[in-house]
Amino acid sequence: MTTTAIPTETQHVPATAPKRRPKREREGAAWVFLSPWVLGAIVLTLLPMAVSLYLSFTDYDLFNPPKWVGLRNYVQMFTEDPRYWRSVVTTVTYVVIAVPLQLALALVVALALKGMKHGKAFYRSAFYAPSLLGASMSIALVWRAVFNDGGTVDNLLGTGGWVNKPGWSLLAVALLTVWQFGAPMVIFLAGLQQIPAELYEAAAVDGAGKWRQFLSVTVPMLSPVLFFNLVLQTIQAFQVFTPAFAVSAGKGGPADSTLVYTMYLYDRGFVASHMGYASAMAWVLLLVIGVVTAVLFRTSRSWVFYASEGDR
Amino acid sequence: MTSTAVSHKPVRWGRVAVHLGCLAALLVMLYPLAWLLATSLKPADEVIASLDLLPSHLEWSNYSTAMEGVNDVSVWRLLTNSLLIAGGAVLGNVISCSLAAYAFARLRFRLRGPLFAFMIATIMLPHHAVLIPQYIIFNQLGLVNTYWPLILPKFLATEAFFVFLIVQFMRGLPRELEEAARIDGCGPFRSFFQVVLPLTRPALITTAIFTFIWTWNDFFTQLIYLFDPDKFTLTLALRSFVDASSTSAFGPMFAMSVIALLPIVLFFLAFQRFLVEGMASSGVKG
Repeated sequence: MTTTAIPTETQHVPATAPKRRPKREREGAAWVFLSPWVLGAIVLTLLPMAVSLYLSFTDYDLFNPPKWVGLRNYVQMFTEDPRYWRSVVTTVTYVVIAVPLQLALALVVALALKGMKHGKAFYRSAFYAPSLLGASMSIALVWRAVFNDGGTVDNLLGTGGWVNKPGWSLLAVALLTVWQFGAPMVIFLAGLQQIPAELYEAAAVDGAGKWRQFLSVTVPMLSPVLFFNLVLQTIQAFQVFTPAFAVSAGKGGPADSTLVYTMYLYDRGFVASHMGYASAMAWVLLLVIGVVTAVLFRTSRSWVFYASEGDR
Repeated sequence: MTSTAVSHKPVRWGRVAVHLGCLAALLVMLYPLAWLLATSLKPADEVIASLDLLPSHLEWSNYSTAMEGVNDVSVWRLLTNSLLIAGGAVLGNVISCSLAAYAFARLRFRLRGPLFAFMIATIMLPHHAVLIPQYIIFNQLGLVNTYWPLILPKFLATEAFFVFLIVQFMRGLPRELEEAARIDGCGPFRSFFQVVLPLTRPALITTAIFTFIWTWNDFFTQLIYLFDPDKFTLTLALRSFVDASSTSAFGPMFAMSVIALLPIVLFFLAFQRFLVEGMASSGVKG
């Protein structure tokens, strides 16, 4: 981080100059700029987190005052609520299917586009478009229809509509996520283009073939970007809601097969008015995402290569 | 610009294969959009029964039915509501995020390091962790079933992703201009408004477009906060279409889906450069 601004200022401005502002006043200016963010961080982030932690130990239905129940919600969640575990398994299955597929496709397409002379910008934009459209209700409704009985997939494969089959419905939801591979693809492509051409030339001089170059140059140089995409997509995937909601017409069915974590949280909190229980669910989600992110960061030390480390 | 350079070289089959592969992938990718457009123009009896992608004739009445809206609320009303929320969100994010970003990128204050780390951490914070208490707060304030819960948080820079995006951009700006301005007696405020902000325009445009599209697509927050059909957005109205739908309403439902998607498509076509570059820069330090 650069910290040169202050010394240069004092050098340029004579000590007697009336314009020089006292440090305290400048610090005050910083807090004026920050004030909306600080207010938001306190009132809409920190306070709610504290409140939801408190509520997770209570019975609360929005109308009567919260009633302290200790660990009751957590105990019920982990030991007495099969739908909760069902939603956990569903969500993890979804993450494990959707994220690797999406990132693999993104990487393959980015590699294909990288060396392209003509049409690269066109393909890049065209493949990116679903990332913007895919989160919409419109596309989710299309998905439901295309994967429904008598829809395109049924007609092509003769499997019947996936939407009504417990073993297949989640795959339809996951494919909607895979369809939006454009965002990580654009990030991969930007990362690929930053790899210096000299590295490939040097590798070629040393007799490395295309595949060897990919393994020894591309993979390590791209690993920070791969890591960034992996963390971001994993966190997002854990919070999937709209596609599962729309594909199952708001029910999480058939047989709870698309009842992802956030949908069950919505159901407990806003449909059944068990705000305490839903708060406990939210905190478990927060902790799980925190742990998964920490694990990813920890393992990253062994496979993510930061080129700048050599300079230190 | 294409033909002359290529003509004397031998055909590169590898390159042709890559293009063919990309085109094939593109066809698969665009199929859902083609399906949507075609279905929105199909007569009622062809939506399910017919396997053809193309309708036998164009059923424009789907669109006139869709324009009547849902629950006696016209599409114009729904469109206005969606625009109001998205517009408010854009304004809020651009203002509040650029203010915070300037402080983080250029000003010095106590706790800057820890606060910056906290700001980054909130990018990864799941929305659901704070959702219920936020709802309770807005409920206490009597603001549920209004647009305030959807717009107000944006004026408080709660979408840290954009703060980060603008910080990254501002760090790339040359400091000389600001230093010159400071020597001329500009305080941090004039320096921000007259020197930094104009230079930050690309990042602000990226912020505005992404905010618009994400707010336009948002479903969960609207689902929780809005109850009255005449306050519904297009997204919520589409959802109640699903609940009410018999298959005969399929055509109008997808006509309305097309209408709901249109602003995003237009934004994408107009600003694709900003969107793609903005996305690229979020993951790769320039």
